[in-house]
Amino acid sequence: MAVSNTEIRSAADLRIDPRRKVVDRAMKYFFIAAAVATFAVTVAIIATLVVDAIQFLQGIADTDEGLGSLFTIGWFPRRGMFDIGTLVVGTFIVTGIAMLVAVPLGLGAAVYLSEYARPKVRKTVKPVLEILAGVPSVVLGYFAIAYINPNIIVNLFSGANAAFTLAAAGIGVGILTIPIIASVAEDALSAVPLALREASYGLGANRWQSTFKVVFPAAVSGIIAALILGVSRAIGETMVVAIAAGATGGGLFSLDPLQPGQTMTAAMAALGFGSDQVAGDNNAFQSLYFVGLLLFFMTLLLNFVSDRLVNKLREEY
Amino acid sequence: MPLSTPQSVGGATAATVTVGVTSGRRDVKGKIIEGILILALAGSLLILAVLLIDLIRRSWPIWTERPGDFLTGPLNSASAADAGVWQGIKGTIELAVIVAVVAIPLGTACAVYLEEYAGKSRLASFTRLNVRNLAGVPSIVYGLLGLALFVQFFGLGSTVWAGGLALSALVLPIVIITASEALRAVPYSVREGAFGVGATRWETTRSHVLPAAAPGILTGVVLSLARAAGEAAPILLVGAATGLLRTGNQSLWEQFGSSFTAMPVVIFSYARQPGDDFRELTAAASVVLLVLVLFMNALAIWLRNRYQRKW
Amino acid sequence: METTADDTQPAAAEVAEAPTATKENVFVTEDLHVYYDDFLAVRGVDLDIAKNEITAFIGPSGCGKSTVLRCFNRMNDLIESARVRGRIEYHGIDLYSAGIDAVEVRRRIGMVFQKPNPFPKSIYDNLAFGPRISGVKKKSELDDIVESSLRRAALWDEVKDRLKASAMGMSGGQQQRLCIARAIAVEPDVILMDEPCSALDPIATGKIEELMEEIKEEYTIVIVTHNMQQAARVSDMTAFYSVDVNETSDTRTGILVEYDRTDKIFSNPVDERTERYVTGRFG
Repeated sequence: MAVSNTEIRSAADLRIDPRRKVVDRAMKYFFIAAAVATFAVTVAIIATLVVDAIQFLQGIADTDEGLGSLFTIGWFPRRGMFDIGTLVVGTFIVTGIAMLVAVPLGLGAAVYLSEYARPKVRKTVKPVLEILAGVPSVVLGYFAIAYINPNIIVNLFSGANAAFTLAAAGIGVGILTIPIIASVAEDALSAVPLALREASYGLGANRWQSTFKVVFPAAVSGIIAALILGVSRAIGETMVVAIAAGATGGGLFSLDPLQPGQTMTAAMAALGFGSDQVAGDNNAFQSLYFVGLLLFFMTLLLNFVSDRLVNKLREEY
Repeated sequence: MPLSTPQSVGGATAATVTVGVTSGRRDVKGKIIEGILILALAGSLLILAVLLIDLIRRSWPIWTERPGDFLTGPLNSASAADAGVWQGIKGTIELAVIVAVVAIPLGTACAVYLEEYAGKSRLASFTRLNVRNLAGVPSIVYGLLGLALFVQFFGLGSTVWAGGLALSALVLPIVIITASEALRAVPYSVREGAFGVGATRWETTRSHVLPAAAPGILTGVVLSLARAAGEAAPILLVGAATGLLRTGNQSLWEQFGSSFTAMPVVIFSYARQPGDDFRELTAAASVVLLVLVLFMNALAIWLRNRYQRKW
Repeated sequence: METTADDTQPAAAEVAEAPTATKENVFVTEDLHVYYDDFLAVRGVDLDIAKNEITAFIGPSGCGKSTVLRCFNRMNDLIESARVRGRIEYHGIDLYSAGIDAVEVRRRIGMVFQKPNPFPKSIYDNLAFGPRISGVKKKSELDDIVESSLRRAALWDEVKDRLKASAMGMSGGQQQRLCIARAIAVEPDVILMDEPCSALDPIATGKIEELMEEIKEEYTIVIVTHNMQQAARVSDMTAFYSVDVNETSDTRTGILVEYDRTDKIFSNPVDERTERYVTGRFG
């Protein structure tokens, strides 16, 4: 038997076995359903955060201080004080220190790998950077509290808390952020066409001139995207601050990186599984979702901007 | 010094080049810059080295004195001498199984939709945007999702099921993105050949595109599992045990439906305890997790390099 | 039954002027237009392709030859922005009518592509795929189909001992003959060829042309080619396409300029544009 071949007399002869059609259509709907499922995740996240955040706000609006408890002297959820300023400032301090570490090391590594390194060096080093990206954040949290704080912070800065500091946590977060910045920035630099570099060398420029005056500017939107992604990662990092920033029992508003402190994610960690852990539907616990919603919007915005920048870079090349 | 302008290049080139090659000044600046860049790269690598050395050094007593006890002992944040990581290893494996069963098929199916069926439709662009956004959401938010949706709303409680589902949501975007790339790498000509002999789209995808993309998809799978294995915040919020975990003689199914812990949570538990003996434990547990995660990442890289087909 | 003298004695003039009236047409196109979104790529193509002949589409780049070819097996359906206007009949049936499965159309109207595209699988699996999805399950039947397809593509002797070897290990010419065999395996009655030899060396090209001559007894072949000499060598009918440039709207649209027997196109074309092309003065 070969493939059956009826003579073509009418349109009905140009049809396939209906079972094949049914299977094809069923599979199509299956795949569409999978795509729709991703929206379900997003909707679930937003619904969870928004519903509970609203409950929280309604809950504290009913208390004596009302919504004023969002702007008070510190973050003490079990005492009804929910100063978001404390958390946001703490997050910025940790993020700032993290970027101080991650930007020079990450960008420097990216520029070197993309513009200077010999192919063999690149081949061996890039995987190592990817390994650094795989280090789990709990391990870095341990490293921050066991090594960075005692050996570096305490030795360098007198007056630093011996056990927990925002600075040590910041460095830990920075280490975690290096691979992201390095990888996205290196992609951006590599995307700049060879022709541009050749034009620059052809005019008599040397390597660093070509790199910093021609290639870097051409890749700038991708590099900014890398930095924004780094900031977003640093803002959202939880375990390092949960272990090393000392978020126990809340914190007063503070700008001092050499002391323990509160960040948005540290506060969430304490509420969810740390020292502020409380059961039930009370304001203290609901504040977890409120902070979560803030965090979600901040990172969403940052990622959105970074995404647009990367697309801009892709369009240009 | 600014780049030579085209006008000045003519007569000035020879002079510029000679000056550039022989002059000490610009040479030094270039070398310094290169040195700084190498330092940046070396700094990153150095940090990794310091981390690894510190972990090994600090955990050395455990490896030399009681490695077997450690690897088979239970989670115990009261007594360092009795503490081990066995429950963590078991929990991590159980969670990985759930992630593999839920996120891999779902994510691959979504990628197939995006690459094979959707083309440039509105649903496709929105889905891609949505997936990219989900990829950037901090992991603790997935913990909130796990707590509110899986633990409370679906009533799964603080069990392996809930933790596994929360982790699946977390890695789903990674699976989708890597699988999409793998599918995109299969040249269109392969699909054309299949359509040309009268195959439906599903037959083409099933018989030709998916098999050709399989190594790339597998790489993504390994990377996702490595990521899931290293996450602590989501499963802590779901209610993984941090102090003590009592387990009786449970069947495998019962284990999935009861309290659990995992390697990252074990590390977190021990990291919180004061004292040098717990520092040792934390370091040793970190080594175990690192070995697992780094091995998986290395496997993914090896897979990617080995099976990168040149079309 | 009564017949008049006229019915039984056609005028001599009629017979001489309509030599093609006895040919059966596999395809008939009527005012065929193809759009990619708003861009009109090809317009106003009227053709009839006769059975068991080799028809060549020639013309400069970008004049829509491949576009028209891909209408015949509805490959253009796979391009989202493509729209077809006009009518194409296949054995008298409107190819784009509602009750028809494009999938079955593509089984009956096979295609060989410009760059050989064997599946990254064994030679055997390359050939067996089409029959398998069309319902042939038994191994012995598949074995027969594989062998007969390879024989008809003049490839059997070269590969019969390594059917399980990867198709990607073959030379370009062999891969293209494999693609022809793959198309043959699903029993089409038409084989469309889109510049099948442009990626091949002259010896491989010669083998493919030989093959085309051999199989034309069983199949109707339509070939798009950039190589005029090839068209002159192998085809029975030739369609010359060109580009109509519209200065005001700055658009280029493909048009069918002339369609006739190959020897006439190359020796005595009617249209001046055809003459300029085939004598090499442009294109």
